[in-house]
Amino acid sequence: MKPILEVKNITKEFRIGAHRESYLSMRDSIASVFKKRSAEGENFLALNDVSFDVEEGQSVGIIGKNGAGKSTLLKILSRITPPTKGKIICRGRVASLLEVGTGFHPELSGRENIYMNGSILGMRKAEINKHFDEIVDFSGIEKFIDTPLKRYSSGMQLRLAFSVAAHLEPEIMVIDEVLAVGDAEFQKKCLGKMDEVSKSGRTVLFVSHDMNAIEQLCTKVVILKKGQLLQYGDTHKLISDYINEHKDFNQTNLRLTEHMKLTRLDLKNGEIASGEDLPFALTLECSTEAPPQITDLCLLLYSLKGVRVGIIDLRPHFDKIRTEGNSMVLQGLIKNLNLVEGEYAVGLYYGFEGIRKEILDITLLRIKPLADPDKKVNPYLPQYRGFVELISNIKTD
Amino acid sequence: MTEYEIKPKSKFSFGLKELIQYRELFYFFTWRDVKVKYKQAALGILWAILQPLVMMVMFTLIFSKALNVSSDGIPYPVFAISGLLIWNIFSNGLINSANSMVTNANIIKKIYFPRLIIPMSAILTALVDFVFALIVYVAILIYYQQGISIAKLFIYLPLSILLTIVTTFGLGSFLAALNVKFRDFQYVLPFFIQFLLFANPVLYSAKAFSDPWISFIMKANPIASAIQLCRSIFTGSVVDWQAVAMGSTVAVCLLFIGVFTFRKTEAYFADLA
Repeated sequence: MKPILEVKNITKEFRIGAHRESYLSMRDSIASVFKKRSAEGENFLALNDVSFDVEEGQSVGIIGKNGAGKSTLLKILSRITPPTKGKIICRGRVASLLEVGTGFHPELSGRENIYMNGSILGMRKAEINKHFDEIVDFSGIEKFIDTPLKRYSSGMQLRLAFSVAAHLEPEIMVIDEVLAVGDAEFQKKCLGKMDEVSKSGRTVLFVSHDMNAIEQLCTKVVILKKGQLLQYGDTHKLISDYINEHKDFNQTNLRLTEHMKLTRLDLKNGEIASGEDLPFALTLECSTEAPPQITDLCLLLYSLKGVRVGIIDLRPHFDKIRTEGNSMVLQGLIKNLNLVEGEYAVGLYYGFEGIRKEILDITLLRIKPLADPDKKVNPYLPQYRGFVELISNIKTD
Repeated sequence: MTEYEIKPKSKFSFGLKELIQYRELFYFFTWRDVKVKYKQAALGILWAILQPLVMMVMFTLIFSKALNVSSDGIPYPVFAISGLLIWNIFSNGLINSANSMVTNANIIKKIYFPRLIIPMSAILTALVDFVFALIVYVAILIYYQQGISIAKLFIYLPLSILLTIVTTFGLGSFLAALNVKFRDFQYVLPFFIQFLLFANPVLYSAKAFSDPWISFIMKANPIASAIQLCRSIFTGSVVDWQAVAMGSTVAVCLLFIGVFTFRKTEAYFADLA
């Protein structure tokens, strides 16, 4: 039996620098005729000669740091952008859950949007008719099905979107971390659906930062690093090595949106003892005159396996952001960070002008054991103690 | 099981097989655009009828009453509406399709389907308006008791519509592709359309020109040919088939240039949009 997906020497090249702007105006292009072509050398390989096969019914996790080429690989797989070199042979329909809600129009009703969205995602009208009641049922918005989408809450829109996507019946399913959305009950529903999908012999490609989810769902993993395929093989064998070997984050100058950059995230050398206060300083840089409206900003703490340990919600402190020219600085302190000793990843969740996103693995945080001179017992090993050191007060009388 | 390859773009093709495979999307895109267009208008789809009617009245007042423009011996309103019907398919279709790739950028960036469906559906949307505007046309014909030849109606009208659509699609897909890369076309287009309205014999008779060069350009102009065809249904004037043949040739050339440009750049729309 031939593999359902053969990825052969896929290379994708982007030009950066001169063509950084999201679109060009004719003036630029006319001007560039007269200028020296300085941007010529600035080619960037998002993917470099990546090859692997996926057998039917396998679920494969794709992991790698920000900028490793995961999204580009998915984009090529879903034929949104062509590869520069190489080819992929697909023996089945590819649908991806990163497309939830694409084609939704605020003026149309829920019913109309199901048809629009479904057909854009590749369902036939007859197929949508057949699944229509199931889709509405799954989303749990029967009452509002004939209300224009613009009157829906964002949660309702998302549920409707996911319901449509979940009822696609492709041979190859591509999932890009969409599960962090919706309320708890709906998330449970989605996880159940995904489990059903992978058990029904569907081929699944799953991109996630959550190594636990990858371990549970995927039998094999593709590890990408800077556009190259580092390893491809059995999940359990590779994943622990990967976690240990790829702690070299420490990213600066991260592009958040078109006009916003995260220039620095300082965390006092990234090393404190458990229970100490952790000072942090966050510097954002904006390339436009007027700074954009910030709607969300949270620091995220993760275990190295990608499990979220906690967040520091900075929304109450927006008024304390200092503006210095183009940059915005927010300094503060995380109080009594009594995490169990070990290593944690720090990320950022942000929202500027309607774009909400999270960016992980910005920097590494090392927690040292608390040096407690009056220690009466030896602590247990860190892996048995969870993430947080809890403290008790015992009554004495 | 469907098997296909994803690889760098190589040779040129219309991708007709894929267009047929995705045919339902034509319907859905058109349906969405028509629905959204009239959704929050109190008069709804009535606007599709009112717009050409108002234009007709306006142009009749200016060109016929005030300027006394000749109208080939038929009542000026009939003359104007027959030109405007074709003109509206062209101008609305061109504006819709030229902007279509930019307005649908969100979808293009996330999902694959043959991109040509987008500018094509944009023109189909203009065609839906045309169908409603036909009501005005029929009403005017009845009001002025304009005799028509049924045989001509069923041959000339479809022919002129086809000619208009081919022209619009050629130019529209060309502009849609360029618009993704250069937004300048968004600003140029309104002027261009306004210029074309007066450069085409929509509001005056093509016979008004005696200069051989201008007559030649008029002959090669597919929209002028389409209007001429549409009008001869009731003017009884003989159709200049030489002009229709020239116009059609130009239209087909435009179609090829447009589709070629579009197909050549479409793979990179997601990177540019």
